[in-house]
Formats: sequence, structure tokens, C-alpha cells
Amino acid sequence: MSGPKYPGFDTLALHAGQSPDPATGARAVPVYQTTSYVFRDSAHAASLFNMERAGHVYSRISNPTVAVLEERVAALEGGVGAIATASGQAALHLAIATLMDAGSHIVASTALYGGSHNLLGYTLKRFGIETTFVSPRDPENFRREIKASTRLLFGETLGNPGLDVLDIPAVSRVAHEAGLPLLVDSTFTTPYLMKPFEHGADLLYHSATKFLGGHGIAIGGVLVDSGRFDWEKSGKFPQLTAPYAGFHGMDFEEESGTRAFLLRARREGLRDFGACMAPMTAFQILQGIETLHLRMPRHVESTRKIVAFLSRHSSVQSVVFPELEGHPDNKIAKRLLPLGCGAVFTFDIKGGRDAGRRFIESLRVFSHLANVGDAKSLVIHPASTTHYRMTDEDLKKAGIGPGTIRLSIGLEDPQDLIDDLDRSLKASQR
Amino acid sequence: MNLQVDGKKAFAYAAAHEFEPAKPTVVFLHGAGLDHSWWGLQSRYFGYHGRNVLALDLPGHGRSEGPPIGTIEAMAAWVKKILDEKRIAAAALVGHSMGALVALEFAARYPEQAERIALIGVGYPMKVTDAFLEAAKRNDPTAYDMSTIWGHAPQVPLGANPNPGMWMYGDTLARLGRLAPGVLHSALAACNAYDGGIEAAGKLRCPVLFILGGRDVMTPARNAEALIKAIKAPARVQVRTSGHSLMAEAPDATLDALVEFIQ
Repeated sequence: MSGPKYPGFDTLALHAGQSPDPATGARAVPVYQTTSYVFRDSAHAASLFNMERAGHVYSRISNPTVAVLEERVAALEGGVGAIATASGQAALHLAIATLMDAGSHIVASTALYGGSHNLLGYTLKRFGIETTFVSPRDPENFRREIKASTRLLFGETLGNPGLDVLDIPAVSRVAHEAGLPLLVDSTFTTPYLMKPFEHGADLLYHSATKFLGGHGIAIGGVLVDSGRFDWEKSGKFPQLTAPYAGFHGMDFEEESGTRAFLLRARREGLRDFGACMAPMTAFQILQGIETLHLRMPRHVESTRKIVAFLSRHSSVQSVVFPELEGHPDNKIAKRLLPLGCGAVFTFDIKGGRDAGRRFIESLRVFSHLANVGDAKSLVIHPASTTHYRMTDEDLKKAGIGPGTIRLSIGLEDPQDLIDDLDRSLKASQR
Repeated sequence: MNLQVDGKKAFAYAAAHEFEPAKPTVVFLHGAGLDHSWWGLQSRYFGYHGRNVLALDLPGHGRSEGPPIGTIEAMAAWVKKILDEKRIAAAALVGHSMGALVALEFAARYPEQAERIALIGVGYPMKVTDAFLEAAKRNDPTAYDMSTIWGHAPQVPLGANPNPGMWMYGDTLARLGRLAPGVLHSALAACNAYDGGIEAAGKLRCPVLFILGGRDVMTPARNAEALIKAIKAPARVQVRTSGHSLMAEAPDATLDALVEFIQ
């Protein structure tokens, strides 16, 4: 026997979760565009429904194409498994709905995607789940807001759009000392730049719409469980550790140990809320993941060139990027993100809101739209789009000013991007 | 199901059913460092098909209190105490890897209580490499890596999991990560030291089934030959594509073989 060796990231990105199709030998992942699956006989059907045999019953619960994506992302993240969802927002909702009832409480970072802020700050309140938002800069802020009803700590690996770097080791310690799991949104970093489970996170999700897909053609999310959080020991999650009448009296933790969270999330969450991923979407996102390890270094390399260009531009007031020495999270970024801080960052243009509008409307290569993580370079003005529901005070807490511009650097020739920015910055000052 | 053995808490998964003395019983015995949930699909099946199920957590594993038991013989004696406490006259025993050695030793020592035994992913002698033992002794994470990588067929990390959406390597590592220090080493050392296999095999009076993985790296199928030769008329099922973790890698084939053997 030789020593143990895991396959490398690049190999997993291409192969994990898929064997050549047993029916046809197809090497590419087939799109199983089917709603349902024929049972061998009545006994087989009963065994599948009762979880005595593994397999697929109905594509809202599981689908062979979607399962490849789920296993592949779990492999890249080092989790026990994953569930693909209709969107990143659906993944966040699935995590919360699996762990909480009315009366539960979340402590979340203020530096969140606007959609997540809406869900936590407004929509979930209607269902009795409250959230306290805290600045992620000091992990002790999370500890101070934990109360008896708290069930989750939540933040983004790189806060959107202020790029606060969540100190996952420190925040996870706070969470674990209180018997709570830490959930992180890992969309901006992808498993190529950071594996949050290695730093102490317990659950993570991606908006797979962004860098995982990378092509801007499919909306999807993936929720991944590390399997390391001990729900039984915590004692705060009867959803996973007590018999559940909604699934034949199953005690999910007793039944499956490390798989308890995903088991309930799939068997209840997908069954009842139904925010599953379509097989074609899974196929499209898989095409992106196959080149993730090639795309991310290029995203990072181009971003660094553009950050350097903007940092010395006379029309730019400031650039917010954790790799810059002046960024408050620079030291944490060096520790947690040695391969780079991604390809999304913000800068403030001189001249405020009007200059920002002129700048955006002068761009030719960058596309003005509400997305990030595309192969194409993107630009947006958060105060009037992704974060428009937030008050000025909340905007400030999230590190956004009225003239803040967010860029997502794509895979074009970086010099073309710099030329586009330079020309538009000049136009903005006229 | 919570039990007490020698004043310590022991746990048996019973597929959400009350124990019924009138029903036949199947006892599941996991391998080194694992727990009852490794048998999830198979144990659940028998629990819903007319059998009492006792998928045990051996001491120090899963929900059973430690310390771990240091020899296969003592583990077999511990299993007997469970059966005696539940007043089980005879049961089918299904063991995987270390658990298979325990089932073998149990059936040799207490033949009246072993109705039949199924030995999955078993080899004899079950020698453990020095590097593996040493790493486990140091509670070094590389021991978990060895257990995970050698515990599955080589194609597993690059192939599909029969259980949709699950990553077998990650699941195994997460389970091992929950072990108390020293538990894995104790279990591996017990496998390594066990030298009563051939003698036990010669004493067997009950039906015996071997379920072996054709791509088992941890206990290659050929390593079961000495036991098979020592047993009168054993049945054998070889799952060509599976590695050591047959219950996860080939859940249907494993269950089908068990159903045919036990039901």
C-alpha cells in the first residue's frame, strides 16, 4: 500500500460525482430530463419511499444530473454532501427552514447581499424568525447578540459589497462555544479560493449563478454541510434530534448521524418548499465548474491589475479591496485568502452620484447589470439597485456610499478593461 | 435504544421500533471508528420487514460510552451481554470489517445464540500497517485519511455515490472526526492483534455468508480465503466494483445478499 492521497482540486472539478453513464457509456454528464423514475416492483417502490434503498423517486427530491452537481460541490468543499436549489436565496432559506421554527433567532453580519438582508430583516420576521445584524469586523459582536433563542450565526466569506473578510475561525469559535453552527455564504470566494469548513464553518452555500457557473446563463444555489456539527451535543435542534411526525417519527440524527441536516433538508425542505434545481440548470453549472480552477486565477490576476490601476487614478477617491494594505481586513485576508480575494470589489468615484451615473453609462466592455461572477465584466451602482431597499444608515453599516461602484472582473483582456475604465472615468468628470 | 452494559451507556439503533421478543432479531456490528448509522439503509430495511434490529454502537463509538474495548474477544463478550439483557435466544449477526471479526468470534464462542452470521469486507488475519497504527496512536489526521482512502474503492472519489448528493469521503472523514482520541487506534489494534480467526471459523455451526468487495483495498477479497476454507459450506457474494465500504458503495447489492441470506 502506498500512502493515502486525495485527488487534486482540478481533478475533482472534472470528475467528482460522475461515473460514465451506466446505460450508454456517455462520458459527459447526461441531462436526465425526467420528473420521475420507474420502480422495479412494488417492494422496490416501498423501500425507496421508506429510505431502505438509495435511489431517485421524483426530481423535486433528487435527480441524477442534479446529484452529480451536488456531489461535486461537496467534494470541492470537503463536505459530507450537498443539496442543489433553485437559487442561492433558496439555499439560504432551506438552511434556515431546516434548523428553525417561529421564535428562533439569527445573528448575522451586516455585510450581506441585499437579497439576504431582505430575507432576514423583513420576510422571515413575518414567520417569527428574528435577526440581529452585527458588524463582522469584531467576532465578539456576534457573541454579544446571542440569546437563548439563537440558532445560527451567519455571514459572507467576503461581505457584499463592502468586502469585509469574515474571520471564520474566530466567529466559528464564538458559535461553537454557544452550541451553535456557523453558516457562511461562500459565493464570492468559491472553493478554489477558500474552503470555509477548513476554518471552522459548519454549513455553507453558494449562489451557483455566480462563479461556479461563471457563464451567466443559469440561476441556482448549492447548500453544503460539513457534517461536523454535533446536533445532539448542542441540544438546541429538536428538528434534527427528536422524532418527527412529518417523516414517520424519524429522528434524523439517530438515523444518519453526520447526514442529519441534509437528510431533513432534502426529505422535508425540498419535499415541502420545493425549491429544487432543474436538471438542465445543474448541467449548465457543471460545465462552469469544470473550468473553475482555470477561471479563478485569471479572475484574480485581472482584478489585481485593475485594482492597481484604479488605486492610482486621479478620478478615484478610494478603492475597497482586502488585498490593499489600507483595507481593515488585510491581515485576515492574507491568512484566509492567500490565493486571492476574488474578482468583485468596489470603488468610490470622485463627484458622487452624478459622476457615478456618467461613468456607468460611458462603459463599453463592462455590462451594467445586477450580477457578479460572470466570465464577462460587470458593473453596478449598489445604492440604486441591489441595496435600494436599505436605509442610508443601513447602507453605511454595510460599507456602501452613494457613489460606490461595484465591479466584477471577468475574463476579457485586462488591458481592454483598463482602457474602458480609464475612458469612462475621464467622461465621468466632465 | 439506550442500554446499559457493565454500568455504562450503550446505544443500539432500532429503526424507530420497540423491541418485540416474539420477532427474530438482526444485530449489526460496525467497523473500526464507525457507528450504527453506517448501516442506515440495511438496518432500516430489516426494521421495517419483520425483524428486531439492534445496530450497535460499540463502546467508544457513536453514542455508546467509552472507553473502547481493546480485543475482538472482549467485544464479542460485550455483544453477548446486550443479547442477554434483551433476552435474545438467538440472532442473525451482520458484521463489517472489525465488526465481522466480532461476529465470527461471537458465533464461535456462543454458538447457541448465533442463528447465522454475515461477514462483510472481512479478511484474516486483519493486519494493519505500522504507519496506520502509529498515526492512529498519535491521533494524527493522516490516520483518518488512510481509513477514508483505503476504506473505499479507488474509483469512489471520481465516481457517483448511490446515495444522491452525498460525498462518501467527506462523510467518512466527518464520522471519524467525531471520535474521541484513541478510539480508532484501539479498534485498529484489536483487529491487528486478533489471532483466533481460523480457530473460530472451525467451530462455526451456523450458516455463514461472506460479502466481499472486488476492489477492496483495506481487506482485499483474497484475504478472506483462509477463513472461507476453514468454514464448512459458506456462501459467498462478491461485489465486483465495490471497495471496503460495501454498505455505502453497493447498498442494494449488499442488502439483496443479506435479505436472501436472512429472510
